[in-house]
Amino acid sequence: MTMNNLTIREIIEKYPFAETYFNDNKLDVKGYEDSTFDEYLNHFSQEDIENWAIDKESLKEDLEIYINQMKKFLGLDDKEGINSLTILAGHDKSMNPEGFKEFTINKSEIVSIVGPTGSGKSRLLADIEWTAQKDTPTGRSILINGEIPDMKWRYSSNNKLVAQLSQNMNFVMDLTVREFIVLHAQSRLVEDVEETTQRIIEGANKLAGEQFDLDTHITALSGGQSRALMIADTAILSSSPIVLIDEIENAGIDRKKALDLLVSKDKIVLMATHDPTLALIADKRIVIKNGGISKIIETSEEEREILEKLEEMDTFIQGMRSKLRAGEEITVKN
Amino acid sequence: MNLVVFSGPPSSGKTSIVLKAIDALKQRDIKVGVVKFDCLYTDDDVLYEKAGVPVKKGLSGALCPDHYFASNIEEVVQWGIKQDLDLLITESAGLCNRCSPYIKDIKGICVIDNLSGINTPKKIGPMLKSADIVVITKGDIVSQAEREVFASKASSVNPRAITMHVNGLTGQGAYELSTLLIDKEKDIESVQGMELRFPMPAAMCSYCLGETRIGEAYQMGNVRKMDLGDDYE
Repeated sequence: MTMNNLTIREIIEKYPFAETYFNDNKLDVKGYEDSTFDEYLNHFSQEDIENWAIDKESLKEDLEIYINQMKKFLGLDDKEGINSLTILAGHDKSMNPEGFKEFTINKSEIVSIVGPTGSGKSRLLADIEWTAQKDTPTGRSILINGEIPDMKWRYSSNNKLVAQLSQNMNFVMDLTVREFIVLHAQSRLVEDVEETTQRIIEGANKLAGEQFDLDTHITALSGGQSRALMIADTAILSSSPIVLIDEIENAGIDRKKALDLLVSKDKIVLMATHDPTLALIADKRIVIKNGGISKIIETSEEEREILEKLEEMDTFIQGMRSKLRAGEEITVKN
Repeated sequence: MNLVVFSGPPSSGKTSIVLKAIDALKQRDIKVGVVKFDCLYTDDDVLYEKAGVPVKKGLSGALCPDHYFASNIEEVVQWGIKQDLDLLITESAGLCNRCSPYIKDIKGICVIDNLSGINTPKKIGPMLKSADIVVITKGDIVSQAEREVFASKASSVNPRAITMHVNGLTGQGAYELSTLLIDKEKDIESVQGMELRFPMPAAMCSYCLGETRIGEAYQMGNVRKMDLGDDYE
């Protein structure tokens, strides 16, 4: 592909996302639509080039690289879905082999991760994110769809394998919910922004204890609302097929629905948690000790029965919460 | 010896990232030293010393720190060779976001953080645009959506770079970064005659020479006026 013979108008018609490239690189191409990119760059005077630190050659090369990357990115969803993630065992910090050989997680499955702080949860996540091939301190290997994965998962900036939802996360931009979702949707080159925005706000409101609308500022959302929006947005808009959750606080959000939403979007969900309700919702749980996976436990029938009780208690507590919020009195009977 | 140049805005997390990467390199028996460039003050050298890393610091004082970098890098390289380092890392803050101390054929890494706002990639010049690797930090405290938007903005101004998320506190991603810092084929004995990737800003005006008085009569040399419209001229 070469851009040399195309006018800027033709480039934008063929690759609408090229406009983002012009914008982000502060290239005001207005009035130059009928020139080639080369001709446009040549209009800068020597003074402009020095003042604004313009590098013509690299801007030309980068445009091609950018367009190629975006073309690949757009073609990704339909062709290269991720169906499974496999971890091949390595060793713990003392070089003892891990307590399993091979562990496969399929899409729409939830796996919880338990173990004390510093036991190696971050390392496990990093191994997955980096698609380790015996080249990390644990000696683990990661397979995608049963095969050695493409190196693009390591190096490309738009195709990260793992999305993260952690407890410390906050919104730092000062935007309304609508502006925020639109911005994210644009960066993902989503075509129907309006519809996507509606789906996310509806999804988020199903999870949040208190409703909010598109004109609320994201920084004004409560903790529960923020988490609800982050989860709905990650489920619907994030490009990453694997979602890692680092605890979900049990306040102002329906955690079971949150997990259902992620799973319904074909995500593979890994969840570091010591909350019994969450840990037992998972199909399996990974136990980490001394930097390695010591065992993998399948959630037993008995545990599932206990989970039901835990969920009843959760519902009871949530009910109290709603009553308090509504200004009602709490009595022994309810 | 390998040489890697780290730069990035102040407080973006350069030192934390470098320290975590050095931890990983030490486990592979790679000897790393650091030279820290700053303008008025730094105590990062103490952090490196604590970690047992050979370190030197250079304060540019009244000079532009990146100009100071270019005038000292050859001596710094010779220091590294004398220390018998496998890898020398230089670290400098890009104070006006315009300069980049990167040298052609020497790996250049830009560290920027998610908290700095999504328009930051647009505001940073060659320091970001001509880096080989862009490291994005503080990803654990912003939402996934903001991480994705920020990374895509960084990537549209520098699509050829490898973009990585590294957490300077937990070290997540630092091991991976460390594997990209060493190139076994490479052996730098001197940077004499090598070229900067991008010319630094030219500014020689009366204020560069110590003028403190304000007014047209005192302005000489490379002076530029703002365009405030006709009424103010």
